[in-house]
Amino acid sequence: MASIAAETSDRMLAKLRGSSRRRRKERLVRTLLVAAAGLSVLITISILLALTFRTINFVSNVELSSLWSGIWRPRQGEFDLISLFYGSLVVTTIAMVVATPLGLGAAAYLSEYAKPGARRKLKPILETLAGIPSVVIGFFALTVINPIVVQGLFGATSTFTMMAAGIGVGILTLPLVASVAEDAMFAVPRALREAAYGIGARRRTVTLRVVFPAAISGIVAALILGISRALGETMVVAIAAGATGNASRTLNPFDPNQTLTAAIASLAIGSDQVQTRGTGLNAFEALYLVGFVLFVFTLLLNIVSERFVRKYRRAY
Amino acid sequence: MAVATPAATRSTVELALAGKRSDVSGRIFSALLLLCLLVSLGVLLVLLGSVLVDAWPVLSERGFGFVTGNLSDFESRAGVWQGLIGSLILIAFVAVIAVPLGVAAAIYLQEYARDTRATRSLITNIRNLAGVPSIVWGILGVVVFAQLLRGITGPEVSGLSYISGGLTLAVLVMPFLIIITMEALRAVPEGIREAAYGVGATRWEVVRSHVLPYAAPGVFTGTILALARAFGETAPILLVGAVTGYLTPGTGDGLIDTLQGKYTALPTIIFSWARKPGEEWGALTAAAIVVLLAVILVVNLAAILLRNRYERKW
Repeated sequence: MASIAAETSDRMLAKLRGSSRRRRKERLVRTLLVAAAGLSVLITISILLALTFRTINFVSNVELSSLWSGIWRPRQGEFDLISLFYGSLVVTTIAMVVATPLGLGAAAYLSEYAKPGARRKLKPILETLAGIPSVVIGFFALTVINPIVVQGLFGATSTFTMMAAGIGVGILTLPLVASVAEDAMFAVPRALREAAYGIGARRRTVTLRVVFPAAISGIVAALILGISRALGETMVVAIAAGATGNASRTLNPFDPNQTLTAAIASLAIGSDQVQTRGTGLNAFEALYLVGFVLFVFTLLLNIVSERFVRKYRRAY
Repeated sequence: MAVATPAATRSTVELALAGKRSDVSGRIFSALLLLCLLVSLGVLLVLLGSVLVDAWPVLSERGFGFVTGNLSDFESRAGVWQGLIGSLILIAFVAVIAVPLGVAAAIYLQEYARDTRATRSLITNIRNLAGVPSIVWGILGVVVFAQLLRGITGPEVSGLSYISGGLTLAVLVMPFLIIITMEALRAVPEGIREAAYGVGATRWEVVRSHVLPYAAPGVFTGTILALARAFGETAPILLVGAVTGYLTPGTGDGLIDTLQGKYTALPTIIFSWARKPGEEWGALTAAAIVVLLAVILVVNLAAILLRNRYERKW
């Protein structure tokens, strides 16, 4: 009796486990999937190693004083990082001055004012704007924004200005800011709005005093993501602000200058095989150091924004 | 049924409380918000309009000959054919490499992995990779694909080949693809999975024949958007040596020879033309942009329509 029961349960278990072929296939698929997911770790490690080793190699081969020589002229062996920081600071600031009000305003309108049908139609257009490649915006900044807005409105004289590049980067960042902020505002529970309306609040009051504070961490995340995106943008600046390849410590938005990213691009296309005076290095090698700095900066910004996003997810 | 919809309640209450006074500042506020939106959308129109106007002389004069012409230093002969083909080959490469790997990684993270600390940090890592500036991926491409793996990627062109460029773009879009696919998988309700488990399906069978088909529209849309992004990406392949001047067509005949050879891409051509002085080059640049945008906008529009068509609410 007992042995029969044991036999049955064994058989039942074998049956439940399924055929061995099926199990082998299951294991194989799982291994493949794990490998694919593990690939991202490999990518992260290789990007870190590549940047770190090349940077150490570069820094140990140049005189350290050339890293703050007051001007960025890689072919002459002057690698003043501060100049590039200045460029990035000016361009990113202008970009955020453009993208913040427009992006948040558009987000608030879409989330709080637009009718559902209009929202469904308008959001894709905004997403289309997000899909426009940065070279296109760069050309637009050079041929339209600079002559019409920067030279026409502000009376600048240069063909290449950080102002035009900054406005271009702002246009590029705008859809990202608007989209993330809109998601955050739209996610605010309806009950909060209804409660405010119930005690007689107007729509403006609800938007500014209820929805905005409730979505604040998402909005901050949107802005940080926007800054990170603006900081990492290359082509607009390379086309509209930094054609010469050199950079200086200027904060004047109507001057041409380089950002961290544009400096990398210009090293890549221009002086790749030109030896830098006084060292055995190619000027090209400087891009690893700039890339390393850029990587660290954007990584920090992304980590901070991730914190904010998580906070706002937890709220509702 | 409900007595009144919340919207009706709101407008009634609003009306009663506001009395007969009109809410001027409220109206100004809403007009300002609308203005923000319209300016944002207006930029798109101005951009398209100005590019079309700039491009008109070239497009009307040379028509399709501009699209099928090869690169040249002469304004009257320069065309974008090599760039268009180059970009399409790069995209095919990205699709073949990044899509299966990205989807597989997303399936593992969303369907297989337990919610441990390791999984969570892996996902955070992928999110951070998605935020890495595109030009930094170019540096990875130079160091790893063009220099370290030169023997495979193109021994005769110092590794600056289709393979290197394609791999660089593939790793660039992969994090983005993983995140989008995970979101599509997450949207499939648990009940679908439980029903399949209930009739004895293995985990892979559940994913393969139940979860994936339901998530397919989302995955597909994400894939299209990722490929469109790779199509317009300039900075990374600038580093991995997309040719900006001349490109002697086809040194080798076989597929491997082609892939290991020099290449160029449409956005790279636009960048190099945009830097040339003179109105003719400006017009040529604008015309090349029209070609690029035509591809990207059509693809984006298709993706968005597809999503709206198949988006389902559970």
